[in-house]
Amino acid sequence: MADVTITVDGKKITAPAGTLLIEVCKTAGIEIPAFCYYPGLSLQAACRMCVVRQEKVPKLQTACTTQIAEGQVFFTDTPEVVQARKATLQLLLGNHPLDCPVCDAGGECELQDMTFKYGAADSFYAEPKNHREEQKWSPVVYFDRPRCILCYRCVRVCGEGMDVFALAVENRGSSSIIVPNVPAQLAPDNLAQLDCEQCGMCIDICPVGALTSGTYRYKTRPWEMNHVATVCTHCGDGCKTTLGVRSTSDGSQIVRGDNRDKSGINGDFLCNKGRYAFDFANNSERITQPLVRQPNGELKPVSWEEALTYVGTKFAELLNTHGGRSFGVIGGNRLTNEEAYLLQKFARSVLHTNNIDHHRTADYAAFAQSLAGTAGRGASLRDTLIAKAVLLVGGDPTNQNPATAWNLRSNVRHNGARLYIANITEIKLRRQARAFLHVAEYGYGALAEYLAGDDSTSSSVTPDSAALASFRDALRSEESLLILIGNELRGAELKRLIDFGLTIPGAKFALLADYANSRGAADMGLLPDLLPGYTHIGPIDTADPASRIALEYHSPTSPGLDLLEIFDAATVGNLSALYVAGANPVARYDVDPATLKNTFIVVQDMFLTETAVLADVVLPAANLYEKSGCVSNSYGDLQQVKKAADRAGVRSDFEMIVRIADKMGADVRKLVPFGPGSNSEGISADMGQTRGAESGEADRHAVWLTANNLEPRLSPFDPSAMLDEIQRLVPGYKLLRLQLLSGNDQHLSPAAVPIRDDAGLVQISNRRDLVLPANDTLFTSGSLTRYSASLNDLQQNQLRQPIIQIDNKTVVD
Amino acid sequence: MSTVTKSIFTPELAAYFDRLVTVYPLKRSALIPMLLYSQDEVGYVSEAVIQEIAKRLDLFDLDVRSVLSYYSMLRTKPAGKYNVQVCTNISCMLRGGYEILDHCKRRLGIEHKQTTADGMFSLEEVECIGDCCSAPAMQVNYEFHDELTPQKVDEILDEYAAEDRK
Ligand code: SF4
Ligand code: SF4
Ligand code: SF4
Ligand code: FES
Ligand code: FES
Repeated sequence: MADVTITVDGKKITAPAGTLLIEVCKTAGIEIPAFCYYPGLSLQAACRMCVVRQEKVPKLQTACTTQIAEGQVFFTDTPEVVQARKATLQLLLGNHPLDCPVCDAGGECELQDMTFKYGAADSFYAEPKNHREEQKWSPVVYFDRPRCILCYRCVRVCGEGMDVFALAVENRGSSSIIVPNVPAQLAPDNLAQLDCEQCGMCIDICPVGALTSGTYRYKTRPWEMNHVATVCTHCGDGCKTTLGVRSTSDGSQIVRGDNRDKSGINGDFLCNKGRYAFDFANNSERITQPLVRQPNGELKPVSWEEALTYVGTKFAELLNTHGGRSFGVIGGNRLTNEEAYLLQKFARSVLHTNNIDHHRTADYAAFAQSLAGTAGRGASLRDTLIAKAVLLVGGDPTNQNPATAWNLRSNVRHNGARLYIANITEIKLRRQARAFLHVAEYGYGALAEYLAGDDSTSSSVTPDSAALASFRDALRSEESLLILIGNELRGAELKRLIDFGLTIPGAKFALLADYANSRGAADMGLLPDLLPGYTHIGPIDTADPASRIALEYHSPTSPGLDLLEIFDAATVGNLSALYVAGANPVARYDVDPATLKNTFIVVQDMFLTETAVLADVVLPAANLYEKSGCVSNSYGDLQQVKKAADRAGVRSDFEMIVRIADKMGADVRKLVPFGPGSNSEGISADMGQTRGAESGEADRHAVWLTANNLEPRLSPFDPSAMLDEIQRLVPGYKLLRLQLLSGNDQHLSPAAVPIRDDAGLVQISNRRDLVLPANDTLFTSGSLTRYSASLNDLQQNQLRQPIIQIDNKTVVD
Repeated sequence: MSTVTKSIFTPELAAYFDRLVTVYPLKRSALIPMLLYSQDEVGYVSEAVIQEIAKRLDLFDLDVRSVLSYYSMLRTKPAGKYNVQVCTNISCMLRGGYEILDHCKRRLGIEHKQTTADGMFSLEEVECIGDCCSAPAMQVNYEFHDELTPQKVDEILDEYAAEDRK
């Protein structure tokens, strides 16, 4: 809309006509208090806190609903306005318990702040307050009715934002209350309940302490915590989250996760896992001492030095006697990029083997190969918020990638985005879809063919050929398309769909995976047949830049064993050692423990998982909330991970890998180029000198480090030394250091080097089970699930009560 | 979506509801009339009523409850066979509405929104029922009685009780 000029408190402000006055003022730095207004949600105009005086208008106006027009004149701070706001506060406080000293929101409560500002603590109302006991609506959502100021934010965020509609208002006037969707008379124990996705958005958005979180309530005061912005460890969306941490006797503990820092790719959003499921770290089964198997078969706690010496000596010995081919290395999906990179470099350059893999939850190898040679085709999670048209094939974001689902809903609501969904089940997001195509089982490949123009596959996609035809017509008429692909699509199917998409000039792609760093694990080369950046493994050609990595690593020039082949090798007695960092392949791939009895197994994990119990050495690992580095989400958005919590006794995977290499007698400086002037075989932890055009960036980084009293990577345990190398060697990882270190996300596109021969990705098409999606639901997160009390409570809760309101496909498998 | 196969309502009312949802530009506009008709037929708005109406209008049960709880003339518990609604709004109040209400309370032995043990009468204090010229007034089910005196109230209540015995 055309710009108009208005006057606020004597100041001329220009903004597009029709903009809400409250937003115009915010941009101009004029504060208008608001309780019910919340950007992105429908307007409520319920609280009257935002009132302003408009010239020539008889009554005070609500700034949250006033759209600006040319020449309007407003006053936001006159005695009359202040008095009106004060009166509103007095009314709100009329029945407010004022139990701030014990209220969770005390110290970060909007009502407190406003009362402080307007001095409305004295009241005309002397009636006794109407007390109600607090109610437990679910294991994670509690309601303190007297504190509620009826702003309806929770009702709107649950309905409009979450598309759950589990909260509403009942009664009227001063007896109005917020109620959950399972009334007492229908609940199993006669207490009102919430049957919902348990995201906690309502708690987050509540301006007061009326809705509180089961995991946080009455635990601490906001000012007693440190707040650390990092990345959620659970799904592949990689939400930025702010963790509230507090010191304990053996480290520091996370007591809260929220999205105070709304600067992230997830905007306002966190799902229940990001918000509550950090408690696995405090599980009593957590191992905090290295364990070594004794001759009597028992695992005995030993010192770090003893455990690492044992692993190092044993690895060196087996390497000598059996060679690198007899080693298998399996990395995890929740390692940082630096760790994943280091792990594969360790495997390739120290163990001299390409037998390295990870539990693949999506086929990123095929994804990168399909996009090889293109530019700007990778989508960021941010695109899901703004794309005009989106095609979702497969997947179930509501359950598996909740932030993606949130963004898509917001995009449909705010921008009228056209969402097209093709799925074999009626996923919940279809409610926002312009067109939903019910695809027959195993029909995705046929769908890709059909979209690309092969009409003969129509009947394998769906019996409804008319619906299919109009679905394709609609897609063809789009000029740009964001194509989100579920992890069911792999190998050739995936390639076919991408090939079709590439015919649309503005199409961008993303492949949705399950864990915090599934994408990073693949990008960093935890793959037997691809080096970092999906670089093909083959004969070394010194003139070919694609050989640069292999040249530096001196790694074998033929592909290694994939995860399944590693266990096959064990079965026939060809696996002398297995090194697992943060994965549980024995449970995931249903490996028979007997096949591993002659293999020396080292496992780095937090718990004695099915894999760890078989190990000869178990090393207690830090989790993603306890270390620093960076991760790449499903979309390839790179974000910084900051150490928030701490636990005495555990070590980061990074440190363990380096120390094992050291104990093996490897040159640690070669593995992690650290220290000033370190210069071995061209590997140098430089400050940017070798990076030419980018050195400005790196120099700023150095300045920043110095300004913050940080030594530039003086220790072999400093992940940023590894990041230097990643940046230097990994195609596609030309990252901006400053962007990363300021806690911002940046999008990196996969940069597969086009395949030199047709060796391609054979094993993916032959062995589909290599990619095994975790299919997590809202209340599961792979192997972490069973160690998280909150996830268990939520699962129990969901089982216990009848699912009335929510399409049960959204919550239960 | 909104087809209801086993309705809890009489065939006549179910058929009427089938039509009612089609006459508004927005289906959910039929909510309040449906609640009122259901209450008249079933006696109150039961859980079953809430669920069927929600289904008919493609609403969540919770939406129906929100609207239902807003209006004091909709009830979620059975009323007596004869629901006595005594007006105490301004005209009635000036002409002795509260005396009438108090008399009813004493005579029936129940308070506002209560029902007699035998389920015969229930009592409600209500706002203006549009019979101000002949205040004080009360309404029993849908029958008006006005220019009331305590004595007249007794006669009326006796009559209902007698009618029931017939
Ligand atoms: S937790 Fe989420 S889904 Fe549940 S009521 Fe709150 S906003 Fe709605
Ligand atoms: S519970 Fe909180 S968010 Fe919901 S209406 Fe009350 S004050 Fe507002
Ligand atoms: S959507 Fe994914 S990344 Fe975001 S909070 Fe939930 S589990 Fe974590
Ligand atoms: S913010 Fe404007 S009325 Fe509440
Ligand atoms: S005031 Fe009682 S009927 Fe109008």
